[in-house]
Amino acid sequence: MSVAVELRGICKAYGALTANRAVDLTVDVGTVHAIVGENGAGKSTLMRILAGVEVADAGTVRILGESPARPTAREAIRLGLGMVHQHFMLVEPFTVAENLVLGHELLRAGLLDLAAARKAVADVSAAWGLEVPADARVEDLSVGEKQRVEILRVLYQGARVLVLDEPTAVLSPAEVTRLLAMLRRFAASGRTVLIVTHKLDEVMAVADRVTVLRRGERVGDLVTMQTSPAELAHLMVGRPVPMPGNRPDPPDADPAIDESIAGSASGGSGASAGARPAILTLDGLGLVAGGRSALAGVSFKVGAGEIVGIAGVIGNGQSELLDVLGGLRAGATGTVQFGGSDRVNLLTLSVAERIRAGVAHVPEDRADRGLVADFTVAENLMLGKLREFGPWYALGRTAVRAHADAVLERFDVRPRDPEAQASTLSGGNAQKVVLGREITRSPRLLLCGQPTRGVDIGAVEAIHAQLRALRDAGVGIVLVSAELTELLALCDRILVMHRGRITGEFLAGEADLDRIGELMLGATAAPAAAGIGGPP
Amino acid sequence: MLAWPGGRSLGQAPGSAPRVGLVFDVGGRGDKSFNDAAFRGLMRVRDELHMPVEYIEPGEGADRESALRMLAAEGFSLVVGVGFIFTDDVNNVAVDYPHTAFACVDYALQTGPDGAVVPPPANVVALKFREEEGSYLVGALAGLSTKTHAVGFVGGMDIPLIRKFEAGYRAGVARTCPDCRMTAQYAGVTGAAFKDPGKGKELGLGQYGSGVDIIFHASGSTGLGVFEAARETGHLAIGVDSDQYDEAPGHILTSMVKGVDVSVYDVAKEVLDGHFSGGIRSLGLAEDGVAWVHDEHNAALLPTGAVAQVDALAEAIKRGEVTVPTTVEVPK
Amino acid sequence: MSPKLASLLDRLIAPALALALAMAIGHVLILVAGASPPEVFGALLAGTWGNGYGIAQVLFKATPLVFTGLAVAIPYRAGLFNIGAEGQVVAGALAAGFVGSHLPTAAPALVAVTTCVIAAFMAGALWGALPGWLRGRFGAHEVITSIMLNFIAMALANWVVADFLAQPQTLHTAAIVDGARLTRLGSWLPAFRGSAVNTALFLVPVVVAGTAWLLNRTATGHQLRSVGLGARVAEASGVPVARVQTLAMALGGGMAGMVGVNFVQGYKGYFEDGFSGGVGFMGIAVAMLARAEPWLLIPAALLFATLSQGGLAINALVPKEIVDVLVAVVLVVAAAAGARSARREEGS
Repeated sequence: MSVAVELRGICKAYGALTANRAVDLTVDVGTVHAIVGENGAGKSTLMRILAGVEVADAGTVRILGESPARPTAREAIRLGLGMVHQHFMLVEPFTVAENLVLGHELLRAGLLDLAAARKAVADVSAAWGLEVPADARVEDLSVGEKQRVEILRVLYQGARVLVLDEPTAVLSPAEVTRLLAMLRRFAASGRTVLIVTHKLDEVMAVADRVTVLRRGERVGDLVTMQTSPAELAHLMVGRPVPMPGNRPDPPDADPAIDESIAGSASGGSGASAGARPAILTLDGLGLVAGGRSALAGVSFKVGAGEIVGIAGVIGNGQSELLDVLGGLRAGATGTVQFGGSDRVNLLTLSVAERIRAGVAHVPEDRADRGLVADFTVAENLMLGKLREFGPWYALGRTAVRAHADAVLERFDVRPRDPEAQASTLSGGNAQKVVLGREITRSPRLLLCGQPTRGVDIGAVEAIHAQLRALRDAGVGIVLVSAELTELLALCDRILVMHRGRITGEFLAGEADLDRIGELMLGATAAPAAAGIGGPP
Repeated sequence: MLAWPGGRSLGQAPGSAPRVGLVFDVGGRGDKSFNDAAFRGLMRVRDELHMPVEYIEPGEGADRESALRMLAAEGFSLVVGVGFIFTDDVNNVAVDYPHTAFACVDYALQTGPDGAVVPPPANVVALKFREEEGSYLVGALAGLSTKTHAVGFVGGMDIPLIRKFEAGYRAGVARTCPDCRMTAQYAGVTGAAFKDPGKGKELGLGQYGSGVDIIFHASGSTGLGVFEAARETGHLAIGVDSDQYDEAPGHILTSMVKGVDVSVYDVAKEVLDGHFSGGIRSLGLAEDGVAWVHDEHNAALLPTGAVAQVDALAEAIKRGEVTVPTTVEVPK
Repeated sequence: MSPKLASLLDRLIAPALALALAMAIGHVLILVAGASPPEVFGALLAGTWGNGYGIAQVLFKATPLVFTGLAVAIPYRAGLFNIGAEGQVVAGALAAGFVGSHLPTAAPALVAVTTCVIAAFMAGALWGALPGWLRGRFGAHEVITSIMLNFIAMALANWVVADFLAQPQTLHTAAIVDGARLTRLGSWLPAFRGSAVNTALFLVPVVVAGTAWLLNRTATGHQLRSVGLGARVAEASGVPVARVQTLAMALGGGMAGMVGVNFVQGYKGYFEDGFSGGVGFMGIAVAMLARAEPWLLIPAALLFATLSQGGLAINALVPKEIVDVLVAVVLVVAAAAGARSARREEGS
């Protein structure tokens, strides 16, 4: 069998963060090859390097036996590689046929030959059973159909090697089944498929071989037939993870689980809130976003002076939870009681009212929600607290400056320059600015998303210390993080979210990394709802 | 780098011949009618009187006065504003430059609180035309020429100045064809009504569609649309201000020409000869201020004997035997 | 060099480049038109900065351009593109003309002037707030709605003036009372005699300073800029984004409305249909050249006013379209240079 893709010693670092460390990968022609790993394991980076979208710091790439002359996407396509991105690169108002020929329009007498394009859609579509209507506008298509258009385009461009980055994240179970069957057909026809995923049941169903990445390194390269979900999970997490039986698609709602969790959640917080009065009580929080259920029946309490961590694979509702609590997403059902004697349903308040009531928010995505890039540090530190600087018509420059100096000093932001443009700060310093702004609001509740994402090691400890100090000062904290170690280090309690539901709860000290990882990957919670111990 | 010379002033004339400056209204030039008639007059001044001339077409309304003022400040001997809209501007500038001669074509007379006409400043000549007289003649011709016994009128902006055209036209039609049906419409109520060929065509097609076979327009470049309608439907139209035969050959029955060019030329000549005097100048048939066109181009379109009949009416008006109304008595 | 000075210099590079290139291209165009560039540029300068009247006229024309520049710049700082200044100008001027002509003739000057100024500002503000509100309430894009509101304002003014307010034989409303009229500077400064430049000019530094203060020193300004530079961050910080954007559009509209002060109270003494002549659209050019920085609007407005007045002066030498092309070139180059330096800032 000849080799379709060969990567040797691929290294890639983003600042202090190493995404890939000397990764080797060999994929045979005519096979489906899965790349698995936890969030941040370096899967996407590796694929982007292969597709020429990113340039590796070191290492070599060969596609179908040839080395790209230049590390560009165009060159990778020329060599026969086609990438189906997680975010579709389609022109929404165009029809399928128009999208297909985009960039290499079929011309006849100088005019776009759409008839030929339509025929091409029909041909490719029929050959692979893709069933995409050539004349439909892309904006009218379902997500699954859009994905098929993406695949169709890659095939139309003559790709021999298809790379799919998390293709099933956006699909319904029926669409997933259909996609996997299609991938097998591609392999059978002599094409090669690389699929990036963290869903082990899909890997078992479709892949010939599996490569496992952990923290940027290749930790396993296995034949699917000779491995098991448990072994893969073990490799991904780094220690044994007990897996449930052969259940490719865990049920969305298992009443038994829900009851047990609800019971344990209220019981758990009851226990912990015995000493600490609850500052935040969620009851049956639900949210439908983009036609699917993003949050369902989420109920838990946060005590004053307690850090409650939310663990979960990205995209399981944690972001939505923070947005709903912060007031950035409307349409949630259920109630969110906040405060002590002055109890109020947070869902009825505007963002400004929440801030005044004592809610602070460190958003998950700093660039999107946290800092105005073109503002100075001082200006960013004024956001949401303008009243502190004097009458609205004459903000006191001295007060602004003093506040900025104080925050920069207390949170050790470098450079200590309030006039520095926020966009010039490193990730860690930018995060300290956001954290500083939010903490100096003197909140009663802090919503904190991914506090150390993209933050250098040195700053991580400082940020953690600030969060602990805040907790010790009696502030309730909801902490969402993709880093399990971070949650374990900081939290008094950890809740696990899967598909918009709380599927597990662990008290500090009782938390079991394996069990959490298992629940995050969608394992059934039945054997150990309380999260202590676990099946063999 | 560009060299910046020491600011030679605008149009500094070689020699000391008196210079003539003319300001069009915004977007006026190229209307093939009123403004272009003024331009022809200016060209004649240059070519026949050998006076240096300049003209300005302002980009915005507030520039009308500014343009007049610049010309006056440059020492032009005669400054002409083309159109009734210049009335206030000419008055303002003329007061500041008492030694410069000003002319305003279609100057709008204002009445004081006592109802008496306010005379223009002494150095302003108000060029006013008795358009109703020329309109009467083309109306008479239309009455003689119509086969459907229905004639039309398309005015530009609905103001008394244009109503004068309609009034004379109506009277002329009534003189030669008492039972003719008359349709009169206006393109709008703002200055834009003089620059809207699309609207002109719409009105023209409507009138021709209703049985009208001859339309007289007094609407600036809006009339070009009326001509278009005439050409498309095979009917006749009557031009205004200039001889507009060339705009739709074979479809222009005649034109009611207004001697804007002649009046500009005459005032310039007076300035050149040193006997300019301000005041209101009323120009009608007797002064050759207005006329109707009959030459080899449109001869074939005119009914037999029409020339003699219309000319006879013209003579009667000159002798004062026929009085042409200036306002429309709208029949209820 | 302090960073502030450096960034100011950086802002000045684009306009300077624009001007130099416009002159070079103008040079070629003038040659093509068969005239002598030194003569034309000389006449342009002589007719503007070369004499008292020219200077006064440049100031007179720059005044409304600063107002419409602000009308674009303020919403721009809040992340909105106000293409509706033209309509807001009409609304403000009509209000000034209407209110001014309905005041009692005995009204003291201070009261009459102030009333008309407020009327002009409020009418423009209301007309400007409309697209802001439509955006916040229905998500209608302000570029589309503000363009459409231009036509609506002009058509409404046209109708109201023609059918109700116009004096016989004219296109304008009744004269405003004497007390509401502003003094022409020519009555104090003989060099400015004849020019329509009036005391509305003194509003320019006041309004520009006020806007600069508002943007940089007030809570409202901070919120407004945060919305413009990072609406999602602002939202997360509790800034009522829709309300702030509506306010920015209202303020901008009010500034455009103030053009009426210069034209109605300072020049004609009445509202004349169709007077605005694109001054609202020129405001876009002024604001872009000044990169929406209040104080820089003044030199930008002076530049365009010079080109406009100078266009009259050279009208006899070259077709007036050449000046239009010069204006367009200044704009295109300024926009391109602005985009380039913005990219450079991002890259650093």
